[in-house]
Amino acid sequence: MSADWSGAVVPRLARGTRLRQDPARGGWVLLGPERVLQPDPIALEILKRVDGHASLEEIVTGLARDFSGEPERIEADVRSFLGGLAEKGLVEVA
Amino acid sequence: MTAAARNTAPPGPAAEAPAPPLGLLAELTHRCPLQCPYCSNPIALERRSAELDTATWQRVLSEAAALGVLQLHLSGGEPTARPDLPEILRHAAAEGLYSNLITAGVGVTPGRLEELAAAGLDHVQLSFQGALPDTTDRVSGLPGAHGRKRAFAAEVRRLGLPLTLNAVIHRANIEEIPALLELALELGAGRVEIAHAQYYGWALRNRAALMPRREQVLEAARRVEEARVRLKGRLVIDAVVPDYFARRPKACMNGWGRQSLNVTPSGRVLPCHAAETIPGLEFWNVRDRGLAEIWYRSPAFQAFRGTAWMPEPCRSCERREIDWGGCRCQALAIAGDAAATDPACEKSPLHSRLLELAESESRAEQDYRYRGYAAAGPPGAPR
Repeated sequence: MSADWSGAVVPRLARGTRLRQDPARGGWVLLGPERVLQPDPIALEILKRVDGHASLEEIVTGLARDFSGEPERIEADVRSFLGGLAEKGLVEVA
Repeated sequence: MTAAARNTAPPGPAAEAPAPPLGLLAELTHRCPLQCPYCSNPIALERRSAELDTATWQRVLSEAAALGVLQLHLSGGEPTARPDLPEILRHAAAEGLYSNLITAGVGVTPGRLEELAAAGLDHVQLSFQGALPDTTDRVSGLPGAHGRKRAFAAEVRRLGLPLTLNAVIHRANIEEIPALLELALELGAGRVEIAHAQYYGWALRNRAALMPRREQVLEAARRVEEARVRLKGRLVIDAVVPDYFARRPKACMNGWGRQSLNVTPSGRVLPCHAAETIPGLEFWNVRDRGLAEIWYRSPAFQAFRGTAWMPEPCRSCERREIDWGGCRCQALAIAGDAAATDPACEKSPLHSRLLELAESESRAEQDYRYRGYAAAGPPGAPR
């Protein structure tokens, strides 16, 4: 599914999905229907940029800039991660 | 360097200090317009006069959030029977809790649902007793229930709230699973829970009426797996394996006192909703103590937490921290001992007995004994 996304698609967390800090256990959690996911540091950086405004391309560019990474590799990571969340119904694209 | 979000599992072996709970099931009331014969509420239903008041629920939710609870499941009975549900929801939202309304959806007006959405409700889980009107109406004991549920689902989606359909599966509706999945798609649900009946309390009373036949169970599993692949990305399907036909026990509650707690309408705090079927457990009440003290110290939570309580063959089993010994209520129901190995496990000496029970009950005939207050006998009657 995420393989078909153009760089212009704008991902957003689906309604009923929330990213929040988890002070009791430390770190952040992504909450959805009967789901509690703990993003690893890279996943968290991606999720923090999923704000319903930034396009896929802008998210990748921002990550490549902030972490001095190869854009192609980062794009593959972002597509794979957000695509997996979209299959679970936690992320939507417009 | 690949991004991942894993399902939470508190790290390390279960030692003396358990991790904080992730979820709280709030049984706001045992009152319900439906009378499903497998209801997960106890045989002795709690009455309205015994229910916690608004302020106490709000305190409990604040304590839960401070303790580390992330998700709140508002359940019952029928939680919308509580007039103060919006106030409880607003409080949950202010505490940052993710709120899930588990409802029969038969008595909720569009205006009421709008009020709940505005109060911060995150997700709705709507029960269907069947995919066909006749099945839903007959199993729930409420004529017209199916049509009202459909109308409620439409309102949920009109408000943009995410929707899960859940169905408890048994002999009378197991062949409707494919139709249930179609119904979920038609109603705009993003998720379906297929939960085979679990035979404690009311369902145990009705086991001979509910138990599906083996060939039905196998066919249902095949249809669910096929649908999972076909509907990937459109519909998330969560399925609970039927204990009586399993080789390994379910990791009941993901381990006793490990991730979840359950507060009854009158404030008793249980490790699982059926825990009161186990005699001799001492449950503490939120009226008397804080939730953190109950989670970490109450005798009921300590009783089967971790692995130290386990008998053989569980104690030396390589799966002891995968399935956590299975289900204590089932061990009690079948083995007569809550500390026994769950008979759903093929390593249990009683496993063949469970299979025989499934076989004979699946061919038995019995009318439903619908849930209700009268069936529990007079107040104070022994359970």
